[in-house]
Amino acid sequence: MGRLLLHRLGGLVTTLLLSSVVIFGSLYLAPGSPENVLFGSRAPSAAARAAVRHQLHLDQPLPVRYWDWLTGALHGDLGHSMVTGQSVASRVGSGLGTTLLLVAMSMVLVIVFGLGLGAVAALRPGRVDAAANALTSVSVTIPPFVASTLLISVFAVRLGWFPASGTGTGFADLLRGLVLPACALAVVSCGFLARITRNSLREQLEREHVQTALVRGLPRWVVLRDHVFRNAMPPVVTAIGLLTSGLFASTLVVESAFAVPGIGQLTIQSVAQKDFPVVQAVALLLVAAFVICNALSDLAQALIDPRLRTAGRTA
Amino acid sequence: MTSSSPGGSDPLRATPDGTAAATAHPATAAPLLELSGLTVRLAVEDGSRAVLDGIDLSLAPGEALGLVGESGSGKSMTVRAVTRLLPGGAEVDGTVRFEGQDVNAMSGPELRAYRDRGVGMIFQDPRAHINPTRRIGAFLTEALIRNRGTGRREAEARAAAVLAEVGIDSPERRLRQYPHELSGGMLQRVMIASVLLAEPRLILADEPTTALDVTIQAEVVGILDRLRRERGMGMVFITHDLDLALAVCRRVAVMYAGRIVEVREAEELHRRAAHPYTLGLLGSRPSIDERADRLDAIPGRPVSAFESGPGCAFADRCAHVQPVCREERPELEPFQGGLVRCHRVAEIHSRQDQEASA
Amino acid sequence: MTTLAAAPGAPAGTPTAPGRTARAPLARLRRTFGISGILAGVFLLAVLVLAVAAPLLAPADPNAQSLLDSYAGPSSAHLLGADGIGRDILSRLVFGSRTSLLGPALVVSISLLVGIPLALLAAWYGGLVDATVARVFDLVYALPGLLLAVLAVALFGPGLTPAVAALSIAYVPFLARIVRAAALQQRNSPYVDALAVQGFGVVRITVRHILRNIAPVVLGQAAIAFGYALLDLASLSYLGLAVQAPTSDWGVMVSDSDALMKGYWLPVLAPGVLIVLCVLSLTVLGARISGERPQSYLRLRRGATKRSTTKPSTTKGAGA
Repeated sequence: MGRLLLHRLGGLVTTLLLSSVVIFGSLYLAPGSPENVLFGSRAPSAAARAAVRHQLHLDQPLPVRYWDWLTGALHGDLGHSMVTGQSVASRVGSGLGTTLLLVAMSMVLVIVFGLGLGAVAALRPGRVDAAANALTSVSVTIPPFVASTLLISVFAVRLGWFPASGTGTGFADLLRGLVLPACALAVVSCGFLARITRNSLREQLEREHVQTALVRGLPRWVVLRDHVFRNAMPPVVTAIGLLTSGLFASTLVVESAFAVPGIGQLTIQSVAQKDFPVVQAVALLLVAAFVICNALSDLAQALIDPRLRTAGRTA
Repeated sequence: MTSSSPGGSDPLRATPDGTAAATAHPATAAPLLELSGLTVRLAVEDGSRAVLDGIDLSLAPGEALGLVGESGSGKSMTVRAVTRLLPGGAEVDGTVRFEGQDVNAMSGPELRAYRDRGVGMIFQDPRAHINPTRRIGAFLTEALIRNRGTGRREAEARAAAVLAEVGIDSPERRLRQYPHELSGGMLQRVMIASVLLAEPRLILADEPTTALDVTIQAEVVGILDRLRRERGMGMVFITHDLDLALAVCRRVAVMYAGRIVEVREAEELHRRAAHPYTLGLLGSRPSIDERADRLDAIPGRPVSAFESGPGCAFADRCAHVQPVCREERPELEPFQGGLVRCHRVAEIHSRQDQEASA
Repeated sequence: MTTLAAAPGAPAGTPTAPGRTARAPLARLRRTFGISGILAGVFLLAVLVLAVAAPLLAPADPNAQSLLDSYAGPSSAHLLGADGIGRDILSRLVFGSRTSLLGPALVVSISLLVGIPLALLAAWYGGLVDATVARVFDLVYALPGLLLAVLAVALFGPGLTPAVAALSIAYVPFLARIVRAAALQQRNSPYVDALAVQGFGVVRITVRHILRNIAPVVLGQAAIAFGYALLDLASLSYLGLAVQAPTSDWGVMVSDSDALMKGYWLPVLAPGVLIVLCVLSLTVLGARISGERPQSYLRLRRGATKRSTTKPSTTKGAGA
């Protein structure tokens, strides 16, 4: 277990470092270098340009700047927004909580409905299974922005139950404002999780050890809980990890659709404004969320399946 | 014989031969397990196919019966029918009685109680039949804890004791291990221990040693047999290895194509098997040495119940086949102290006896 | 480039059905693709025809405004009504199919062009080459395609080109992993050794034999990737990062929040429904091309084949 943990942690750090190099490097090698964003359409004098470049440390070689940025980031200093002048850490920090809450709410929906639908489909072959299959086939193809518009048109515009945009003030408003975005995020993942759950359960139901449990006279619910569901969990847990990381990527779309002030919307806004320090920080944060979710799902899988604990599996 | 057996055609009911009756139904009055006219059809795409065709068997308490046959002969399906562990869509005719109770008529709770205390099943491949994600201790104790409300501590103590009995060293440590940390032979002992723990009246052992190394087969079978005897449990021992069945069981039933073709005391079967198929399984016998070259290996391949024609299922592979064998189905009838399903059994053996004495 | 989009929809070209008997092509189609697969193919073909012949088929100019028709309901003049500035929705849908299909077609083609050689190299040479390629794929896989595209837009400004370029990179591992696995299976099969012993060159063997044999798998995965790319690009257009506003594109049309907030759902949801139907068809067809059968069907068939293998040998046994 310890070895596996170390192995995963190593891979995680490597991936994050490599992505930070890619993100940092590409943004600063971009045409339209950062200082042009500040000058806008004005043509600066050579002296003014040099002063700004010096202030932004752009006159130093790239590796030095990367090192400065990396050590700063590790100390919680992500630089300052080129548009508002605010510290990036505070801008990102305020959005991060909202995004985490949104993803968490969505994940609850995904787990409840995805697992539920998958379990029903697995345990009720025939008509129920076919209906669930049709439902999931369609739901995995509904992109978050289409789900968003659908939900807005019905529950915000037509029925007026939830706000169409923004999260108001206070925690209650925040929760209410996040309901529709969470649903829009959940649609695709629900479908995927339901399918994976169904297939995994079906596979386990046909396993020999389930027959052993049955032939020992164990009650049906014990057989289902301790032998079928428990053993069907590894692929489901992996899927939950992957789907959660996918949700982080989809917040880019859904937060923009519902004007949720999270890091997804912040990313899109900063991209539009070419606010590079913010884009850098947020992009790296999303990659980190993505990679951490994947690593966590691997570890959770090892907890469930003892056979995976002994060896450091292939990454 | 109980009233459940079908009609007068039942060879076990109208037997003029006392010894035969004794062989089919041991002297003990109430049988532990009794199958009569058991027929199982499995669902396939276009209807159903028979895999068992009129199985009659009975077992006294504490008795060991060997069920021998090639793969596909229906041995496994027979014990599955006994535990009602058949695939979905299976049709069952005839009756399975355990201590007089009709197994197929049991309600859910009755069935669970029967599976808990009545029968215990040992499967061929312990690696597949023991949940790989749970500790050995959880596997051994769960039935006691769930079905009988035994405390965890007590259940574990009993599990450790039985593990020691089946020859597993440092049982307490084993309880904390996972199946993948044990060898196949060890796991099969764990499986045997799990069945002994439940103390059923009947053990169904479905080729318990086939998946094991040859060197430990005898040891595992020996442990199973000794502990069963000590506890007075009945056993149906399935194997394709006739010699193994003869070593472990008092009586042996030979199956072919979903039917029983011969039932006989193990001792007797060893010396004078009657059915041509049993003879084939045993290889060449002294009494029929002039035909030895043909019987050494049985020509052709085994067939399943649904593939056999209207006559004897073995007809296509039999050296003694006559037109009648293909047209008319032979019944299981008394012959020389056992039961044999063959039209020509008397003819074959009298001729051979003459030849032998000549 | 749109020819690639056509490939999944044109079953005649797929290698799963070698033209042995052309007697009942319809029955053969049904056997290969199933009813759902045929429906999906017909739908995709129809969309493709729309895209190619848009100027001929669209009833009106997709950009012609008429304030009198603002949010007009369906009528003979506008079959699906008009949007806020009076543009004909049906015409915009028809023209929108062009950008909506072109983007994913480019993404899939570029990814295949990059991914297939890489995957074949990795499968053929194994060892260090394979490991290196796998590590690079892992890294790219760690970056969500949407995020990569957003970063590309941050660098180069909004537009279809940077979005397509970024997604092409992001989709390489998705396609190449499947190609590598399938190619590796072929690589290890005896016929490849036989060809190598006969002195055929690496390129000839991989292109003429391995690639040909794994074509169904690759095509199937390409169809599925096409669907995902369509979703990603539509999302980016919806965010205003890919196709730009006045151009009619399905993603852009869905982003019409003015219509949405005023309760006119047709201009917004009609393109959404088209996107969903396209992606659904692509996944169904993709699964069919790679030889998958729908779950329930699979279970039945598996049992059937198991039994039917015993049946012929029965008659053999009885005759022997």
